[in-house]
Amino acid sequence: MGPREDYPLTTVVVPLTAQKAGLACCQVCGLLSRLDGQELTARPVCPRCGACLHRRKPNSLARTWALVIAALVLYVPANVLPVTHMTYLGKSQADTILSGVFYFMRTGSWHIALIIFVASVVVPALKLIVLGYLLISVQRRSHRHPQERTRLYRIIEAIGRWSMVDIYVVAVMVALLNLGRLADIDAGLGAVFFGAVVVLTMFAANSFDPRMIWDVMEKRE
Amino acid sequence: MLHRRQPLPPAGVATCSRCGTILYRSRRNSLDRTLAMAVCGLILFIIANLSPFLTLKFEGQTQETNLVTGVMELYRQGMVPIALLVLATGIAFPLLELTGLIYLLLPLKFDRTPWGMAGVFRVIRALQPWGMTEVFLLGILVSIVKLAGMATVIPGAALYAFLALIFVVAATAATLDPDIVWDRVKITL
Repeated sequence: MGPREDYPLTTVVVPLTAQKAGLACCQVCGLLSRLDGQELTARPVCPRCGACLHRRKPNSLARTWALVIAALVLYVPANVLPVTHMTYLGKSQADTILSGVFYFMRTGSWHIALIIFVASVVVPALKLIVLGYLLISVQRRSHRHPQERTRLYRIIEAIGRWSMVDIYVVAVMVALLNLGRLADIDAGLGAVFFGAVVVLTMFAANSFDPRMIWDVMEKRE
Repeated sequence: MLHRRQPLPPAGVATCSRCGTILYRSRRNSLDRTLAMAVCGLILFIIANLSPFLTLKFEGQTQETNLVTGVMELYRQGMVPIALLVLATGIAFPLLELTGLIYLLLPLKFDRTPWGMAGVFRVIRALQPWGMTEVFLLGILVSIVKLAGMATVIPGAALYAFLALIFVVAATAATLDPDIVWDRVKITL
């Protein structure tokens, strides 16, 4: 949005934020409400949709850290423990996420190996690294690359859901290959931990308030 | 940062002048289009759940599955959290989203206000990131490739319905302008 003749306000150098104006933007329906000190006495709700109103997501840093650390801890058993136990023509085999990737690489379906590797290993790790970086940069009151950091946040917020692919693969395999001793697949404990990692990282991304990146910038001006 | 709302040209996008995040887009005929997509999605959803999904042939045995078979099998194996996760994100949330939208948009189309409009729409907006039909489909395709080496997998009608469903669900999200609902909610001070 560049400067427009009919709207000269866009050329204002110091931006006016809702926070400065004593307003709060509802995170659910987008309605602006006046919020002057009343949050100290009562819990204000949006007069339109009824959601709780906050200037910023409450305890964003602490909550996001807690969820990131919890996900990081569960990331280990999610990758070490088998996600599936397979019995096939009398042989039984336990597969972790990574051994599944190697299986696809050996059998020549490198594109499937790539999908699983990116969705199950790279995306959750990337999410945790990026969230950690964003949290530290906000805590250190960093002024570097705020636009890029905001974009980074929007990206990890959008790609997180694709990590669920492996969970669905397990669900479909378990349903289809269910022929007793001949061929059977059971879900392993790794799948539970992996599902928890995906859910926790989605909550973590959701509890981070990207406006904090910009709040730090303003205090210097 | 505060921005003054202004009308957009067709296919226009309003972005934050500071951080570049998309604020809102122009969407033509949002109510009609979204309602049509949601009804279409609900029909496809019913087909996808009632007809056979995939059939596996192996050493003379056949195994037929539905969308929910995986959930029930995981539950039977004691993997309750995973079963619930798949049930919620793959089946329940997308269904709630589609029926909820029809419940809201059909009365609005005839200038009536559905009961509990704000609450229902809040729930729909909150569930939206947790409906993962497109991720589910990718998982299904990966499993088919994985099993193709061991047995014969025959896709059923439900698979095609599900394939169409993900496009319809994506279109529903793309055509819905949340303000067509929020603008109709009375503000109570």
